[in-house]
Amino acid sequence: MHGIRLRQKVVKANWLDYMAKRAEQAHDSALRKFFATPLPDSDTPIAQVPMAALDMETTGLDERRHAIVSIGVVPFTLDRIPLAQRRYWVLKPPRPLDEASIAYHHITHSEIATAPDLDAVLDELLEVLAGRLVVVHFRNIERPFLDAAVKARRGEGVIFPMIDTMSLEARMHRQTMLARFSRWLGRPPVSIRLNASRERYGLPVYQGHHALIDALATAELLQAQISHHYTPETRLKDIWV
Amino acid sequence: MDVELLEIRQHMGQFPPFDGLSDELLDAIAEHVQVRYYKTGSDILRFDDTLKELCYIRSGAVEVYRRQGELYNRLGEGDIFGHFSLLRNHKVRLPAKAIEDTLIYFIPNAVFQRLCEEDDDFADFVELERPRLETAAEQQKKSNDMMVTRIRKLVTRYPVMVESTTTVQQAAKQVNEAQASAVLVINEGSNNPRYSFQDSEGKTWQMCGILTDSDFRTRVVAENLSAQTAIGEVVSERLITIQSDASVYEAMLTMLRNNVHHLPVLYRQRPVGVVHLSDIIRYETQSGLYLVSNIFNQSSAQGLAKLAPDVRAAFVRMVQEGANSQMVGSALSTIGRSFTRRLLELAEEALGPPPVPYCFMVNGSMARNEQSIVTDQDNALILSDDFNPDEHDDYFHALAAFVSDGLDACGYTYCKGDVMATNRQWRQPLHIWKRYFQDWMANPTPERLLHSSIFFDLDSIYGEDHFVEALQDLIAQTAPKSPLFLAAMARNALNRTPPLGFFRTFVMEKDGKHNNSINLKRRGTAPMVDLIRVHALACGSKAQNSFQRLNDISNTQLLATGVSDKLSYALEFLCMSRIRHQVIDLQEDRFPDNNIEPENVEDSERHTLKDAFQVLSNAQKFLKFRYPVPAQRQGR
Repeated sequence: MHGIRLRQKVVKANWLDYMAKRAEQAHDSALRKFFATPLPDSDTPIAQVPMAALDMETTGLDERRHAIVSIGVVPFTLDRIPLAQRRYWVLKPPRPLDEASIAYHHITHSEIATAPDLDAVLDELLEVLAGRLVVVHFRNIERPFLDAAVKARRGEGVIFPMIDTMSLEARMHRQTMLARFSRWLGRPPVSIRLNASRERYGLPVYQGHHALIDALATAELLQAQISHHYTPETRLKDIWV
Repeated sequence: MDVELLEIRQHMGQFPPFDGLSDELLDAIAEHVQVRYYKTGSDILRFDDTLKELCYIRSGAVEVYRRQGELYNRLGEGDIFGHFSLLRNHKVRLPAKAIEDTLIYFIPNAVFQRLCEEDDDFADFVELERPRLETAAEQQKKSNDMMVTRIRKLVTRYPVMVESTTTVQQAAKQVNEAQASAVLVINEGSNNPRYSFQDSEGKTWQMCGILTDSDFRTRVVAENLSAQTAIGEVVSERLITIQSDASVYEAMLTMLRNNVHHLPVLYRQRPVGVVHLSDIIRYETQSGLYLVSNIFNQSSAQGLAKLAPDVRAAFVRMVQEGANSQMVGSALSTIGRSFTRRLLELAEEALGPPPVPYCFMVNGSMARNEQSIVTDQDNALILSDDFNPDEHDDYFHALAAFVSDGLDACGYTYCKGDVMATNRQWRQPLHIWKRYFQDWMANPTPERLLHSSIFFDLDSIYGEDHFVEALQDLIAQTAPKSPLFLAAMARNALNRTPPLGFFRTFVMEKDGKHNNSINLKRRGTAPMVDLIRVHALACGSKAQNSFQRLNDISNTQLLATGVSDKLSYALEFLCMSRIRHQVIDLQEDRFPDNNIEPENVEDSERHTLKDAFQVLSNAQKFLKFRYPVPAQRQGR
């Protein structure tokens, strides 16, 4: 397994301006529509924000060498996660899948053989995400992979604001004074992986490594994090990245 | 089915009422589930909210309250709530709060209504108490058909079969090796369709006869035939068989009718075994009927005491064969009465005939014909009014002691409250007994009645039955006209209350406390029997059995329509639960008691028990309201 490549950090002082600018510049009609769909204002209380949990399974960790094999999306709000609106795609990667990642993802050759390329489902995907705040666990996979894959197919990438449940978890467990002190004492850091994080909130164990189940797991985790550490009135700008 | 929904489906599929749903309906639920997380202490349903969904607990724990804030139920993983509101006006009547971090799956009302329409068991489950209790009671009734044991149950091994050309010596050797007592003689091919069959290889055989141990003697040895004689030459042409699904009783009749001791048992036409008369006798000795006749054959108290293990065996067998609580209760009472009667006969043999007529009275569960395997003795002596203590009491004291000691040796332990004929107070002539009852009913206080209420279940089991009948008449005439007495009895009937239900591996009390086990007699059957007794006294019923009392009650206007049925279902279920757990105790070589441990209670039993507790609790509330302490008494 390869480690995570160091990447330039995406920092957007004003996401809404960025989105508006991309809407003007976009050549691709689907991307133009995506960027033009307004997102809630950064002062909006989180309880009023329509969200979509997103998870991808990939063949590795480097977006330049590896590909997306499946995408799961679960639209939701702080109040409800309606499973009827869930979306799930298995994709055929441009490069063949190796055995190791098959075992890891439970996706088989035959499923992939009949699957479409990302290009064929991209319009649908963007339509589901448009106007919703995307929630992921660890943005450094979903963001670069999607950006690179879209750039390769449509000539321009796609970057948008996200809520990252892993970085919310890191704020609680890695960046507090107590956490730093305990690290200074040489104690191992608290795990902020999806399942370990869920366990802290009493959330059940789901069978992992399925993009849709992980998306659902992420949506539930965000509801738990908000109810424990924030309030329904917490403003979007305090938690999006 | 999408793999991603499997997670949800598989979880729900483990818990009632979802565990009985078709795959198609489970898919429909998983497809429409909405999820939400609740932190410890947060409200899930608030009073008077409009409810549009059924709530399913995926993880965590929830408490449901009555409007006044009283705890209604505590629920855990796999439980549902909100269905009462959905079935009524969609307004939340029982608010709910997360008491642990909780994940709820909401099932939209449209899906819920579809489940109720398409799956009867689901509809029964979410409806109020009655249907589920009714169904449980009916299922128990249905399985009673199995009381008829089939003869195949007694077949333990394949029959010994030899071809007719085999020598009798060879055949005898095979019978020996198999430790059997008969051999079936068969021929290849078939000329008589009646006894032809095919073996597992498809070969056709013809069964032409049976040779039994005694046939070897009468047909071979006594006839001075050679051991090398072919068995086909000596076998009897007469063949009496029985089908494997015939009852044990039919098999016994067939043997008697044809004067044979061996019966080949056939499945369709193929022989599957041979039963011998001794197999049937061995089986029948475990039955209550045999036990009772055995009791009367004992010539000493020691002999009777040796039968105690047989009582337990008969009890276990009856339950396994699907008897309901009334059958078990009356069978055990019959056995208990038989022990008592035989002891009285033996006592009279030893002490001589009684100086004055008497009646031996039983009280409590034996009088109600509701005896369980865990029981003590409650009895008394009603003597003729000619009784003269100085002359006669030594005799009756000795008689009472003989019976009481004998019963204790047979497993009916001494009564802790000293309600026994050995107690002089309970060994009195009829006119004194009448005075006792008149006094209890005319000057009642709950404290006085606490110890005497057991006498209001009374039956004669030996001697002058009419003494007890006179007391029963007196009670039936006086009690309905004695509001003070009824109020005091009612108050005592509320001393023991049921728990709220179960939570995980605990028993939940109404104040939210947990216990590791529950005494199902003290917290279920006994308070139920108590409250039924009060209603029965109020309506002048002379019945002693609780189910018969409920019948009498339902013929009056005392209870709202359907309530007595509900009570009878609940009592049946509580009794059966207690009995089943006693069987578990016996099977695991523990001393049976009245306790049940939540971890031994199956999911469906939990829900039904909770319903039964609820029925009892509601009935207790009504009792308080129906038999108030009359005003003039309160004023004093």
